[in-house]
Amino acid sequence: MSDEDDRLLVIACGALAREVLDVVRLNSLDWVDVECLPANLHNTPDLIPAAVEARLDAAEERYRNVFVGYADCGTGGLLDRLLEARGVGRLPGAHCYEFYATGPGFSDLHDREPGTFYLTDFLAHHFDRLVWAGLGLDRWPDLRDTYFGNYHRLVYLSQVPTSDLVERASGR
Amino acid sequence: MADDELDLNSLSDPDLANQMHDDLYDGLADEIVEGTEILLSRGWDAQRVLNDALVEGMRIVGIDFRDGILFVPEVLLAANAMKAGMEVLRPLLAETGAQTIGKVVIGTVKGDIHDIGKNLVAMMLEGAGFEVINLGINTDADEFIAALDEHKPDILGMSALLTTTMPYMKVVIEALKEKNIRDDYIVMVGGAPLNEEFGQAIGADAYCRDAAVATETAEALVLARRLTGGEDQ
Repeated sequence: MSDEDDRLLVIACGALAREVLDVVRLNSLDWVDVECLPANLHNTPDLIPAAVEARLDAAEERYRNVFVGYADCGTGGLLDRLLEARGVGRLPGAHCYEFYATGPGFSDLHDREPGTFYLTDFLAHHFDRLVWAGLGLDRWPDLRDTYFGNYHRLVYLSQVPTSDLVERASGR
Repeated sequence: MADDELDLNSLSDPDLANQMHDDLYDGLADEIVEGTEILLSRGWDAQRVLNDALVEGMRIVGIDFRDGILFVPEVLLAANAMKAGMEVLRPLLAETGAQTIGKVVIGTVKGDIHDIGKNLVAMMLEGAGFEVINLGINTDADEFIAALDEHKPDILGMSALLTTTMPYMKVVIEALKEKNIRDDYIVMVGGAPLNEEFGQAIGADAYCRDAAVATETAEALVLARRLTGGEDQ
């Protein structure tokens, strides 16, 4: 068995990149490699399975152990079909950022108010580009209530809060 | 009016209807209202304006959305434009006692607050001549059943966007079975994470992948039910 056989590749959503790298670094997981896909795939979730599959194909000869750092993430079960066929695990739940709150914690947040919009450090930092422009609100701000009219609460799942990020999040 | 602006009044009826298809495509609500009023003033009845100008325009939007030419924001703008036109037509349709082709109770299931697709389906069903009772979001089984009892629809429509909330559709269907009223209704389901297989597994009558398919399916299933005497209301 080569050294590479013992390594784990994590193929993660770019929106989780910093946190995943922090977990690897802080726990000295030097047998873990991390690759990330563009975070803006979240705006076109139907493209996520193909993008993950391409990375799995590319990694096939180099890694026996792969984990995917996505949850369902709007793929409607299509990512699961791919991963089940390839025998690869993923983050649990509907959204990749759920694990910041832990599975039960996130369920509790959701059950208490289904109309909750969740921000992470990444989303707080990139909100204007990924969310606002990604939904076309920079061009058609009148659609704001169509998209967000049912949201009544904002939860900031901050991992490394800075005054700048907290300010950005509280402005949403 | 600016010099380069098109005077909708100057267009013939067919050209105006075609222009309204373009205006719907571009999400121009004011132009849709103006075009609707012009066609009515020329003697078109409300049903004809609805079918030939608005529904046909949205059909084109639906095709281009399905084919990846249009994206969600553009479809929402088109839907808002159609809604503006329907606001003009709705009282006229009611006044003329236009026969509805069926009744639908529709809602997003418990735990889910996503309603963009569901509202689009509701609008297209209304445009096709259905009376639609839209229960909104986060609807539990008791609320669905109360609405069915009150409105006696032909169709129950349920929507979900999350893989974590779509199983609740089965909870509703099981609740209908417990009350022995499952077969009184056509149950249609839809939403991004669903598929045909899921629809069958939970015991729905139909899974519909988009608003156009939902409308066609609703028309076909209601007609089939009437032909086979499957409804008693």
